[in-house]
Amino acid sequence: MIRVVLPQHLRTLANVGSGTDEVTIDVSGPPTQRALIDAIEARYPMLRGTIRDYATDRRRAFLRFFACEEDISHELPDSLLPAPVVSGAEPFLIVGALAGG
Amino acid sequence: MMGFLMSGVRILVGTRKGAFVLTADGKRERWDVSGPFFAGWQIYHLKGSPVDPNRIYASQTSDWFGQTMQRSSDGGKTWEPVGNKFAYDGVPGTHQWYDGTAHPWEFKRVWHLEPSLTDPDTVYAGIEDAALFKSTDGGQNWNEVPGLRQHGSGPKWQPGAGGMCLHTIILDPANAKRMYIAISAAGAFRTDDGGTTWKPINKGLFSKYIPDPTAEVGHCVHRIAMHPSRPNTLFMQKHWDVMRTDDSGDQWTEVSGNLPTDFGFVIDVHAHEPETIYVVPIKSDSEHFPLDGKLQVFRSKTGGHEWEPLTKGLPQKDCYVNVLRDAMAVDSLDKCGVYFGTTGGQVYASNDAGDTWNAIVRDLPAVVSVEVQSLK
Repeated sequence: MIRVVLPQHLRTLANVGSGTDEVTIDVSGPPTQRALIDAIEARYPMLRGTIRDYATDRRRAFLRFFACEEDISHELPDSLLPAPVVSGAEPFLIVGALAGG
Repeated sequence: MMGFLMSGVRILVGTRKGAFVLTADGKRERWDVSGPFFAGWQIYHLKGSPVDPNRIYASQTSDWFGQTMQRSSDGGKTWEPVGNKFAYDGVPGTHQWYDGTAHPWEFKRVWHLEPSLTDPDTVYAGIEDAALFKSTDGGQNWNEVPGLRQHGSGPKWQPGAGGMCLHTIILDPANAKRMYIAISAAGAFRTDDGGTTWKPINKGLFSKYIPDPTAEVGHCVHRIAMHPSRPNTLFMQKHWDVMRTDDSGDQWTEVSGNLPTDFGFVIDVHAHEPETIYVVPIKSDSEHFPLDGKLQVFRSKTGGHEWEPLTKGLPQKDCYVNVLRDAMAVDSLDKCGVYFGTTGGQVYASNDAGDTWNAIVRDLPAVVSVEVQSLK
C-alpha cells in the first residue's frame, strides 16, 4: 500500500475525513507515478481532472509531487516510484503551490 | 397577490472563495446566511432548476485543481460532485489570442450554468475557452453542442480581459428550439434549431475598440437579459453601450440614453414589467468602479433611453467596487426583488423593485455571481 498525502482541498473533495492528511492506495502492476495517479482516481473518481488535466493528461501546473525529500514532479510518468514510497516507509506527497490570494 | 403565495426566496451567491446561500421569507427583510460551501474555491456560478428548485448546479473551479462540478438535490444544504470532463468535440482548432495570433482552444473553467426550463436533469454550461456544453443526466456527463464553434467565425473570436468565456445562455420559453448565447469577445449568437446551427446576431452593435466597429463578430458583449413574456426582446450591456433588440437579435439599437456612463457588466429585467430594466453603470473599461465613488443602480421604465438613478440605501461616497456580469438577479415576488453582489463582498437587496436597498451581507469574498429562486 502506498501512502499518499493529499492537499486539503482534495481531501475535502474526496470526503476522506479530517483526521488525517494521508490515504493509502493499492497499486496493481508496476508502481509508477502514472499507475499511482490512476489508482487514486479509481478510488476517488471525484478527483479525476484535479491532479492531471483531462485533455493533456499532464500534472496540473500548480501541483508538485514530492517524495523522500525530493521533488519528483518532472520524473517521467512511467518511471518507477522510489522504493521507500512503494514499501510504505515514505509517503508520496501531492502539494499545491504556495501562490494566490 | 403573488407575494402572499410565495414562502420566500433563496439567493445563490458565488464568490472567489466559496458559495453562500441567503434565505428569507416573502417579506425579504430578515435573512439567514449559510456557507461557505466549497470554502476556498472559486464559485463562478450556481443556478437552480426552474422545475425543481431543490436541484441546484454549481461551478467550482481553482487555479490549482481545475474544474469541478457540484449538484444539490435539497436546495443547497448538501452537495455531491458530478462530472467535470469537458472535452471539445473533434479537433478543437484555434481562436485568436490577445496578440492576434492563432491559439488552440483549451478548456479552462465553467462560467455559467443554465438548467433546462422543463427537465431538472438537463443543464447547459458556458465555458472558457468559449463553447456550449450540455448534460442530460444531471451533470454526470457533458457533451459539446458543437454547431456553435463550428459555424465558421470561431477562428476570429478573441478573449476579453477575463478570458474567452461563454457567459450568457438564454433559453426561449416560447420556443424550445431557440436559444441565445453571448461570448466575450465574439458577440451574441442564436440558434433556431435546438443548437444544430447558429448565427451571429450582432447587427447594430458598434465597437470602436475592434478594427471594424460593425464586424459580424468580435464584440465584447457583457450580458444579455430577457423577460420571459417577450422572448423576442433582448437587452444587452455591451462593453460600452446598452442595447436592445425586438426581433430576436436581427437588429440592435442603442438605448443608453441619459446614463452617466454606458460601460458596465450587469443588466436585468423586472419580473412583472417587461420594459423595466436595470443596469449598474461603471466608470470605464480602465476604471472598473462606479462614477465618483457613488454606487448607483439605474432603472429605465421605458425599455431604455430614459434612466433614473436608484441610490437609497446604497453607498454614495468612497465606493469603488465592481459588479460583475453574472452578479444581478430578480425574484418573481410582488413587488419584484432585485439583487446584486459586488467585488467588495456586499450583496444588496431591494424588495421594492429598486426604490430602496439594503445590504444583506457586507463582508463576503468578492462576489462573482448572484441568482435568486422564488420559493412556493
